[in-house]
Amino acid sequence: MSMGADTLLGLYRQMVLVREAEETLVRLFAQNRMPGFIHSYIGEEATAVGVCSVLRTDDYLTSTHRGHGHILAKGGDLNLFFAELYGKAVGYCKGKGGSMHVADLDLGILGANGVVGGGIPIAAGAAFAARMQGLDRVAVSFMGDGATDIGSFHEALNLAALWDVPVIFVVENNGYADFIAQSAHQRIDRISDRAAAYGMPGQTVDGNDVLAVREAAGKAVARARDGGGPSLLECVTYRWRGHYEGDPQPYRNDDEVTAWKARDPLLRAKAALLESGALDEEAEQTIRQEVQALIASAVRFAEAAPAPEPADALADVYTDAVEEDWAWLS
Amino acid sequence: MAELSYAKAVALALEEAMAADDRVFCYGEDVGFGGAYGATQGLRDRFGPERVRDTPISESAIVGFAVGAAVTGLRPVAEIMHMDFIACAMDQVVNQAAKLRYMFGGKAAVPMVLRCGVGGWLNAAAQHSQALEAWFAHVPGLKVATAGTPADIRALLLSAIRDDNPVLVLEPLALYEQRGPVPDQAAAMPLGRAVRKRSGGDVTVVTWGAMVTPVLEAGDQLAADGIECDVLDLMSLSPWDAEAVLESVAHTHRLVIVHQAVERGGFGAEVAATVGYRGFDLLDAPITRVAARNVPVPFSPVLEDYVLPSRQRVVEAVRALG
Repeated sequence: MSMGADTLLGLYRQMVLVREAEETLVRLFAQNRMPGFIHSYIGEEATAVGVCSVLRTDDYLTSTHRGHGHILAKGGDLNLFFAELYGKAVGYCKGKGGSMHVADLDLGILGANGVVGGGIPIAAGAAFAARMQGLDRVAVSFMGDGATDIGSFHEALNLAALWDVPVIFVVENNGYADFIAQSAHQRIDRISDRAAAYGMPGQTVDGNDVLAVREAAGKAVARARDGGGPSLLECVTYRWRGHYEGDPQPYRNDDEVTAWKARDPLLRAKAALLESGALDEEAEQTIRQEVQALIASAVRFAEAAPAPEPADALADVYTDAVEEDWAWLS
Repeated sequence: MAELSYAKAVALALEEAMAADDRVFCYGEDVGFGGAYGATQGLRDRFGPERVRDTPISESAIVGFAVGAAVTGLRPVAEIMHMDFIACAMDQVVNQAAKLRYMFGGKAAVPMVLRCGVGGWLNAAAQHSQALEAWFAHVPGLKVATAGTPADIRALLLSAIRDDNPVLVLEPLALYEQRGPVPDQAAAMPLGRAVRKRSGGDVTVVTWGAMVTPVLEAGDQLAADGIECDVLDLMSLSPWDAEAVLESVAHTHRLVIVHQAVERGGFGAEVAATVGYRGFDLLDAPITRVAARNVPVPFSPVLEDYVLPSRQRVVEAVRALG
C-alpha cells in the first residue's frame, strides 16, 4: 500500500464514522428517542475529516450548529457525544449543551455554537492567545456560507489579519444559509474572494475531495504555525438533508440533491481506494461493521445513562457560586 | 496614600494586575495610546505593544477575542469606550462569554473583564450616555460591578481581573477627572459585597456608580435637617448584596434606591422586588426609586440635567418619605 493510499484509508474510515453516526442520529431522532433538534452533516464529511486530519490534538477549533462532523473528526469520544445528545448527566456537557454546544477542551474543541458566526472571533482569540503564550498551536474556525454574511466574520478576519493570528477560517459552502441559496444571500460565487479584502490568502477547493481538502488545509495550517498568519479556505460541498431534521425543503428540488449525491465524498474516496487496491469490498464492509459496532455501543451507553438531577441546572453558571432556589419555595 | 484621579486609579489597577500576572493583557480602541479618556495611559510604555494593544473599531471582535483568549488561558481586559457601543457586540457578551461555561457543563472558565465607560453628564446625547447595567445583570453567567470613587475602582478592578468569570466593570466617565485618596495597597473588594458609605438610622439609600457621590452629598444636606441616611454602595449588581440591604432596612424601615440608568426595568426594580418580598414586614413606607426619566439622554445641558438624577432629587425623595 502506498503512503497516499494509507492516508486515504484512514480518512475514509473517519468519514464512515461521521456518516454512520449521523445516519444513526437521524434515525434515533425520527424515532423520538432524542430531544431537541438535529442539523445533519451528511454529505459534508470530507471537509471536517480533511481539515482535522492536519490538526494536532492541542490545536483549537470552533464548530457550528451543524457540528457533529467536526467533533468526531477531531477525535471526540463517541460515548460522551451520544450521551450529550441524549441530555444525560455523563454527556460531554452534563446535558446542559446538547447537539449545538458539544465541547471538549482537552481536544481543543471550544464548542459547537448555536449562533451563526459566533465561534469565528472566539477561534481567532484562542489562536491569538496561543501565540501570546509562546505556543505553536493553531485554531480552525468552521463556518457555513451563511456565516460569511454576518458582522463577526468580517471583524474577526480583519483583526486576525492585522495581528497575524494563526487561525484558519474554513468555510463549508454547502450552498444554503438556512433555506436561502448562496446566489440569493450574497453577490459573489467564490467566498474565498473575501480573503483579499482582509489581506490574507484565500483558496477554494472541492470540499467533497478529502485529499484536496487535506492538502489545502495542511498548507494553511503550516503557514499559520510558522507565523504566516491567517487564511481563508472555502470548501465547496453540499448538505444532503434539510437545514434541520423535518425541514420541508421547499427551496430546492430532488434533481439537485440527486446530482450532489452522485458526488458523495465517501463514494469518491472508496472508488479511489478500490482502484488502488488499498481496499476491497470485503475490507470496506469490515470498516463499516466496526464503526457501526462502536456507534451501537455508544447509543447503548447513552440510553442506559441516568438523566441529570433537575436541580443540577443551578450549577455551572459561575466558577464560584451555585444559583439559589426560590425563596418562596422554602 | 496618594491623591489620584479616577482615570489614574484605573490605570494603577491595570498596572498592578499586569505586573502581578503575565496572563493579563489590555486592549481596545485607542487603549495603546492611553485610551480616549486616559485610563490606560503609561501601560504600553511599561508593558509593551504585545500586552497593551489598539484595536480596530470592532466591538464584536474585541469581545470575541477576549472570550477565545480567556477560555484558553489568558486573562484579557478589554475596553468598551462607551457602554452604548457594547450593543455592537451583544452576541459575544450575552450568548458567548456568559454562556460558554454553562453550555459546556462547567468545563470551561471565561476569566475576562470588559471595562465599560458609562457616559452621562458629558452632553454627549443618547448614544454616548447610557448606563446599561440592568441588561447584563439580567444575564446569568455575567458579573456586573461598578465603583464611584478612585479608591473603589482600583480595588474593584483588581478583584474583577482576578475573578474566574466574565465581569463587566462600569466606569462612569464623568468621574474620570475627579480626584480622591487611593491607598498604597488595594483594599480587598470581593465582588457581591456592598459597602456602607454613611451610617444612619432614618432611611436606607442604596446606590452605585456615578450616583454614590451625589447621594453622599444629599446625605450631608439631609443630616443638617436631622435626617440620617444609611448609604449602601452596592458596588456589584450581579451578584448583589441583598443581605446588607435587608439588614439596613431592618433598622431604618425605609428604602430609597438611586441609580443613573432609566427607572423602567432598571436594576433598582430588582432591589425593590427583593426587599418587597423578603423585607415586607420591615417597611414603613413605599420603596422609592430615584433614577433617570424614562427617555433617551438628550443633548442640551438643560434637558440632560432634567432627565438624569441629581443630589437635589435624592434630597426631595427622602424628604417625601415623611
